[in-house]
Amino acid sequence: MEYLDLAIDTLTWVMMMIGCFFVLITGYGLLKFPDLYTRIHAGGMADTLAAFLIFGGLALQSGLSLVTVKLFFIVAFLFITSPTSTYALAQATFVAGLKPKLDGFGEDDEEADDTPASDEASNKETGDPA
Amino acid sequence: MSVFTVSAIAILVSVAMALTRAILGPTAYDRILALNAIGTKTVLLIAVVGFMNDRPDFLDLAIVYALMNFIGTLAVLKYFKFGTLRRGLTRSSGGKD
Repeated sequence: MEYLDLAIDTLTWVMMMIGCFFVLITGYGLLKFPDLYTRIHAGGMADTLAAFLIFGGLALQSGLSLVTVKLFFIVAFLFITSPTSTYALAQATFVAGLKPKLDGFGEDDEEADDTPASDEASNKETGDPA
Repeated sequence: MSVFTVSAIAILVSVAMALTRAILGPTAYDRILALNAIGTKTVLLIAVVGFMNDRPDFLDLAIVYALMNFIGTLAVLKYFKFGTLRRGLTRSSGGKD
């Protein structure tokens, strides 16, 4: 039986650490991405993936009780409402006239660099898949 | 340190980064997005802190916060788009400005 407890604890650690990794990735993406739509993509990732992993880890620790049912309800509600609010935000932004940024990525970094700007720009144009 | 403490610290760091985006954000939609992300992470934080203190009753608060976060985000979006909360959500009348 203690092997079962050890396995459950290990699985809890793994799930919650992967969830925390995605939560941190989300915060970093919200901070560093250059465009609103890419930020929406980064922010929408925590709502479903990280929430599922963290609440799954908590459900493993709670055993089978009313707490598990509450966790399941929270995850089910987040899975329905979070993509809805993300879509509503993106749609309202697009209707309001904010266009997605299509080129010129990384220009802020190149200004800080001491490499010649024209060389970098030509590299960007040839390497651009769009 | 238990797994709940580590998770709470990670969630708090992520909330700090989202709050920085809410302060910096060039447009209002950035701030709404950061607010939505902070709300979702608050739900996670309430649940994790409740387990950390051996009080899983906090999950009721997490359920209520998840509900209020969704309603609040949609209400702020509608208010920002139409300027009032009284009009219907018709696509033809909105989006001109």
